[in-house]
Amino acid sequence: MENLVAYSLLATYSTMALYTLAFVLFTVDLALRADTEAGQKPTRWLRSAMALLILGWVLHGVATVTRGIAAARVPWANMFEFGLTATFVLVGVFLGVQFWRDLRFVGAFVSGLALLALGIVTVNFYVDVVPLPPALQSVWLVIHVCVAVLGTGFFATGAAISAAQIFQELHEEKRLSGRNWAFLRAFPEATVLETLAYRINVIGFVFWTFTLVAGAIWAERAWGRYWGWDTKEVWTFIIWILFAAYIHSRATRGWRGRSAAILSLVAFGAVIFNYTIVNLFFKGLHVYSGL
Amino acid sequence: MASLPPSDTSGHEGASSGERIGGQPADLDKDTLSFDTPGAPRKNRNAGAIINPRLGALGFARFVWRLLTSMRTALILLVLLAVAAIPGSLVPQRSSDPNGVVQFRTNDPELFEFYDSLSLFDTYTSPWFSAIYLLLFISLIGCILPRTSYHWKVLFEAPPAVPTSFARLEVTRTHRVEADLNAALDAAAAALRSARYRVVREGSAVRAERGYMRETGNLVFHVALVGILATLGFASGFGWSGQRVIVEGQAFTNQLSSYDSFNPGRFFDENALEPYGVRLNTFTPEYVMDESKGSWMPIDYTADVTVTEGQTSSGAALKVNEPLSVGGTSMYLLGNGFAPEITVRAPDGTVVFQQPVVFLSQDANLTSLGVVKIPDGLAEQVGMKGFFYPTATMLSSGALASSNPEPLNPTLTFNIYTGDLGLDQGVPRNVYELNTDDMTQIAGRHTDVDVELALGDSFELPGGLGTIEFSGLRRFIGVDIQHDPTQLGVGISTALAIAGLLVSFSTRRRRVWVVATAKGSATELSWGAQSRTDDPRLAASTDALIARIVPTDKVSS
Repeated sequence: MENLVAYSLLATYSTMALYTLAFVLFTVDLALRADTEAGQKPTRWLRSAMALLILGWVLHGVATVTRGIAAARVPWANMFEFGLTATFVLVGVFLGVQFWRDLRFVGAFVSGLALLALGIVTVNFYVDVVPLPPALQSVWLVIHVCVAVLGTGFFATGAAISAAQIFQELHEEKRLSGRNWAFLRAFPEATVLETLAYRINVIGFVFWTFTLVAGAIWAERAWGRYWGWDTKEVWTFIIWILFAAYIHSRATRGWRGRSAAILSLVAFGAVIFNYTIVNLFFKGLHVYSGL
Repeated sequence: MASLPPSDTSGHEGASSGERIGGQPADLDKDTLSFDTPGAPRKNRNAGAIINPRLGALGFARFVWRLLTSMRTALILLVLLAVAAIPGSLVPQRSSDPNGVVQFRTNDPELFEFYDSLSLFDTYTSPWFSAIYLLLFISLIGCILPRTSYHWKVLFEAPPAVPTSFARLEVTRTHRVEADLNAALDAAAAALRSARYRVVREGSAVRAERGYMRETGNLVFHVALVGILATLGFASGFGWSGQRVIVEGQAFTNQLSSYDSFNPGRFFDENALEPYGVRLNTFTPEYVMDESKGSWMPIDYTADVTVTEGQTSSGAALKVNEPLSVGGTSMYLLGNGFAPEITVRAPDGTVVFQQPVVFLSQDANLTSLGVVKIPDGLAEQVGMKGFFYPTATMLSSGALASSNPEPLNPTLTFNIYTGDLGLDQGVPRNVYELNTDDMTQIAGRHTDVDVELALGDSFELPGGLGTIEFSGLRRFIGVDIQHDPTQLGVGISTALAIAGLLVSFSTRRRRVWVVATAKGSATELSWGAQSRTDDPRLAASTDALIARIVPTDKVSS
């Protein structure tokens, strides 16, 4: 078991190394595409970046699974494990949507975000494998956190595209111009990006709804009430409301486009806030960081 | 309205109110949960504008109603609701963290007064938070009603009429079929029907629509949200919850006087408590050493109980995450600790006090605090503040600490006071607190007499008052007992909301028109397709329909 934990950590660090290389190559690709007239044509660096990202993702999967085996439970029972699994899902969502649409242009953002998040959780939130306290011994740990992880993965991808959309809109309005922003020629039009971000965020919203509901059912089992405005419940609710607002914003004149994209980024900011600040500094019943 | 293709509706007076949830033009409605069809059409697009100086009471009411039910207002209310929820996570709430509120008051009484005047300690029942969500729900209902009646009508109507021109439709295709006009149209209609379109043939054209479930699911989702709020509003008053500490060997009977604390709903009736009893036989915790931190952590809590309902008794295990359902209530295991049994005797040997006393744990190793009050039987009233250490260990400073949550070396220490316990003034006193204002310390810390008792030890009170004995050790559990009549309604509403959400998001609403023109013995079919949502597969789906009739290479768009 000790060995497995060590292997998992080794795989995690290897993953980070591969993500770093992938991130660099994604960036090189964007930079080179800024110079070409067409701009849309992917360079050979992009294929190498994707290959490295996939290899890193496989190792990431190994790290996650061995962690789970070592703990003899799902690998998302504390903050480190949640971060490990959530970044795995994030990269998985990014890789998965390529079968549907070519979204490789946000590869730099996604690999950068995954690398940053994985680095932070490994360095700052790492805890050894310990058995679960009674409150976490529930089938709802599997369900509730699993859908939360999936929701987070989709929201992160959606945020990446929303960010690209804002830059692209400013670029189209010529408010961002010059060589530094020429890489945006590699991106689809802002309206296309908006639709993409929307569809991915909607999937995230459905998962988040499940998170909220599964959490309520678990809270009823464990704490005797399905809703009690615990700090974590409050923030899960806030995130849900913000994404609901985002979904409605697209049907509201004057809110489509950049305002909606900003709302999407604010809502994803709330997701990050909920995972970091609320977990570490807010008092509440969701004490599971293990720190 | 329904007779118009969506791209034409934007010029129609009824659809001119772009901001209304119930009335934005269909071309704005791209893949959202919002209304995609006009609700109650406006007679005059300026009817609600402020420019009319003589608005009148009715006009003003209509203006407010339009404003409230507009999509923009709903959006702003949503964002406001999210922002308004934040303070409740920053400031301790009376509902979820009452001790935090007390602590806040002690730390900063002035700020407490200020915050309290803003209802910040009751954020989620505060007037301002309630105002936001009530306005939001009024706005929601104002949307749902016209949209439901409109959708109901559409559900029983034929698909909309053929637009005069296909030029503005998203997808257009034209192809020849080697068949006469009737047969060609039949084939087109059959292809549409097999793709689950609602199809109507009219002269030399076919009109078809599918995906009505999108709006149905959307409406079900929003109605279900109202259902959740309505259930909370109506049913929560009939609920109640209570807390109780049960010591091993003791039983709890479900009646009002048995509860340590009780929170009735507004319409609570004492007769609603079904009589039953729960006896705690044993409580067994299990701990393991967390090597990385060098501290003990619990991995299991099991309370072995006997439940008595009427004449029947049965054994059951009460655990965290596994509440007990009994007599229309749910019982939850929320706390536990030690209850040392303390015996106090008068100088002549008469037992004046003998019972397990609940000590509340203060740390992971269950160092616990408790209070014993002896109002009668001794020459003076005696109060004792006790520390209990399950595994007492001497620190280098000379102080005691517990090094293990299991009772390996159970030890009690006391600070003992005599004087007035303050029990005679009729003021309710907290059993876990000892007010020593009117008392004098006679033993314990800061006195010459240390009181440290191992299990079975006795101590002679100074001045020949009597003796105290650490005569036994039991465990206790803290349970929450709840009756929550909102669960069923909220559960059903939530299930409906999720179903509506999934159906709505996974359904594409599409309209297709096919116009046939005879070309000698053959027929030319013109297809026009329009989606009511973002629909990247609209062209592909139209091509698939045509492919059922002719090879695709003969089609022009």
